[in-house]
Amino acid sequence: MSIVTSFRPRTRRNVELLLLLLAVAIVMVAYLNVGLAIDGTFPPDLLKYGSGLLALSVGFHLVLRWRASYADPLLLPIATLLNGLGLVMIHRLDLAHSRSGSALLAPKQLMWSTLAVLIAAGVIIVLRDHRHLRRFTFTAMALGLGMLLMPLMPGIGRSINGSRIWIGIGPLSFQPGEVAKILLAIFFAGYLVQTRDVLSLVGRRFAGIGLPRAQDLGPILIAWLASVGVLVFEKDLGSSLMFFGLFVAMLYVATERRSWIAIGMVLFCAGAYVAYLMFGHVQTRVLLWLDPFSAKALAASDQLVKGLMGMAKGGLLGSGLGRGHPELTYFAESDFIIPSFGEELGLIGLFALLLLYALMVERGLRTALGVRDGFGKLLAFGLSFSMALQCFVVVGGVTRVIPLTGLTMPFLSYGGSSLLANWTLVALLLRISDQARRPLPDAAELATVADAPTQVVTLR
Amino acid sequence: MNEPIRRVSMIVALLFCSLLISTTWIQFVSAKGLDNRPGNRRTLLDSYSRERGAILVGGSPIAKSVPTKDDLKYIRTYPSGKLYSQVTGYYSFTYGAGGGIEGSEDALLSGQSDKLFYRRVVDMVTGKVPSGANIELTINAKVQKAADKALGNQRGAVVALDPRTGAILAMVSHPQYDPASLSGHNLDAVAAAWKTLNADPNQPMVNRAIAGNLYPPGSTFKLVTAAAALSSGTFTEASLIPGPATLDLPQTTVNLPTDDHRPCGPGNKTTLTHALEISCNTAFGWLGLQLGGDALRAQAGKFGFGDTLKVPMWVTPSTVPAQLNAPQTAQSAIGQYDVRVTPLQMAMVSAAIANKGIVMSPYLIKDTRNSDLEIIEQTQPEQLSQAITPDVAAALTRMMIAVVQSGTGTPAQITGIQVAGKTGTAQHEKGSAPHAWFTAFAPADNPTIAVAVVVEDGGNAGSEAFGGKVAGPIARQVIEAAMNP
Repeated sequence: MSIVTSFRPRTRRNVELLLLLLAVAIVMVAYLNVGLAIDGTFPPDLLKYGSGLLALSVGFHLVLRWRASYADPLLLPIATLLNGLGLVMIHRLDLAHSRSGSALLAPKQLMWSTLAVLIAAGVIIVLRDHRHLRRFTFTAMALGLGMLLMPLMPGIGRSINGSRIWIGIGPLSFQPGEVAKILLAIFFAGYLVQTRDVLSLVGRRFAGIGLPRAQDLGPILIAWLASVGVLVFEKDLGSSLMFFGLFVAMLYVATERRSWIAIGMVLFCAGAYVAYLMFGHVQTRVLLWLDPFSAKALAASDQLVKGLMGMAKGGLLGSGLGRGHPELTYFAESDFIIPSFGEELGLIGLFALLLLYALMVERGLRTALGVRDGFGKLLAFGLSFSMALQCFVVVGGVTRVIPLTGLTMPFLSYGGSSLLANWTLVALLLRISDQARRPLPDAAELATVADAPTQVVTLR
Repeated sequence: MNEPIRRVSMIVALLFCSLLISTTWIQFVSAKGLDNRPGNRRTLLDSYSRERGAILVGGSPIAKSVPTKDDLKYIRTYPSGKLYSQVTGYYSFTYGAGGGIEGSEDALLSGQSDKLFYRRVVDMVTGKVPSGANIELTINAKVQKAADKALGNQRGAVVALDPRTGAILAMVSHPQYDPASLSGHNLDAVAAAWKTLNADPNQPMVNRAIAGNLYPPGSTFKLVTAAAALSSGTFTEASLIPGPATLDLPQTTVNLPTDDHRPCGPGNKTTLTHALEISCNTAFGWLGLQLGGDALRAQAGKFGFGDTLKVPMWVTPSTVPAQLNAPQTAQSAIGQYDVRVTPLQMAMVSAAIANKGIVMSPYLIKDTRNSDLEIIEQTQPEQLSQAITPDVAAALTRMMIAVVQSGTGTPAQITGIQVAGKTGTAQHEKGSAPHAWFTAFAPADNPTIAVAVVVEDGGNAGSEAFGGKVAGPIARQVIEAAMNP
């Protein structure tokens, strides 16, 4: 016996609001905590900042109610919480470095956060259907590749902390790779949804894996060359790994052929190994990764070591916000914000943060599973996977799973480009999830459409 | 496309798992190792925020932390100046804790040690500011001062032990340095002092008593050769052995002469006792050839050669090379060739003879006390090995008494106290004066102190140096300080 019930998904907007209030509350407690730990006083601007954050996030929430009422209810609270905690840590580091005036980073980060949230809300309002993005497949490619290669342009390209993944115009510096990530995900999704049938053709079989035809290898080779170029010229393994990994994963999802993963991994490993043999800076990075405590590595950089010592000092429970010494590590508010949190919130706090990211990625992948069109599937998958890969590259870099790179942690790290890109990414995921969770018009509605007269002008 | 998405989701889960593992590894599994790494500023800042324990000698501090008004809440001071520099080591904000007790017992002094766990929990509950443990040393201030004064401006080292327990009564290494110059809070001055100390060719930061470049022991090693000979059962202290003016060494044209190029006894023969008394090279070279390199090495090993000791600073192991050929064996038997020792090791040889053949593990820490001076841990004397039988020890004692009464060691005589000792004059480098050695214990019938003295390059006597003349008086003054309370 089976019972057939007509299931109508709920929008879950109220859940989102509740979680959002919780997220803001956590951030305010953290801010209060820092004030009490460092100055021993109640921070006077707590209510100002708290209400600002609340207004911003609830504003976004209202936009979702208005324009994407079935959107995933977890993405916004998680992004708000991470963004807020990042702000608290940057503020805490401002205090530790006794920064003042225009050197203060937290107000800048707050400004960028506001701008990023407004832009994300704008994306939700303007982009009514994610499928519209498919029209811009090749525009996205051109822009994305341009952004990816921009740091190499003389004059505006800048090398910070060893990686040439920045551009600078006047006093502003920008990591274009963050935006390129989204543009390339759009391009890959649009391109692969068109060509997936061809790319999934099997040429010959080898060791039980169907290999693609030789003439179809073009795209993966181009992506590979681009990623090796990023590794060699921008000196950044993280960006390289991220773009190539994103491409290969999306290729696999589009074609369902495991051979692409095998080919991609072989190509990447071979490329990385050759780059290791040929370039001194790659060798230094590998040395810093494998043996950071050797005299040779310490002579090159003790940043990783300092981060590790900070995390170790944090231990299980952490020193508590404002009570550790994260300021001893360079770039403690950007590349090394994870060790900063590890030191002050402990392993437990770091686990919580990592699980927040994992949850966010999981909601994105669930959206990819749920959405009905191929382009949306690929795009949602690509965006979530790029987020996962970036977390892996950044946290893996500071915890010696892979060599250290110059990428920043989404939402937490200081940096305008990172915030703009990741809030836009979340906006796109929210938009796609709205499509995924929105119920199909049920039979009754369809019936009324079917029954409706087809003529445009009603005749008597 | 859903199936591959699900599969990739599994990969994503694995990626995040790898991050959970790596963070756990750093923050939990290997956290302690990272905390204790040299140069960890966080650990240093942490330890500066609480009162570091004192290092005490006879109840009065030789290193203690006093409150200051600057950012670092405490400053480390060394009330006795240079006297204990190699014992305490230094405690520097820039260069960490090192060089002695400060370095090897950092965890206890800073209060991080697991031994203080219970105390820390109590402090946490009662809200008391935690502080480090105090460490009381075995050093006898009077003996230490006497050794320091006797060594004077000469380079070298003095170690004194209680032969019954292994407790270190004095540990002096010259030249010294002022640890306060590294513990100051003026970091530029500290950096300058650090640079100067490290650039000094005399290496003041090396503890010559237990580490650094090892010394050839010269004739003091004849004690080990004599011990091997007596233990073999073939020889007694009265055995007549060859003692020619020159010992013809097999396999080489280089022969072994006595110091004065004269035979050691009538008919080119001498007793074992007389050979030690006048430090007869040819007799001991011959003994070495008879016994063989392996026997010498084995006997030395029983005295502690080759052991890695911790007092709690690491002691560089003393060595007798393996696989010696005949001429090398003869040279090693008189403490030349590649035999290398620490002064502590030579003091242990005397101490073993004094203590009926039993070698006690040397130690520097008497006990550890919490901030209320309650004892947390007390060092129990431990036997390291039985080097020789009590009979052999008694025979060697008689031979060493003869050395001081009528042999090369007469400068170490003390009225009313019978001293047993052995001199050494160690050639080490062509062109430099020999190192002067003396090792002794007293009183011979009921020993309470064993000493080893080395004066580099003959000290102020230069190439005229003989162990007895240069190092003997130093040993005497050290023993006198210990005997007269």
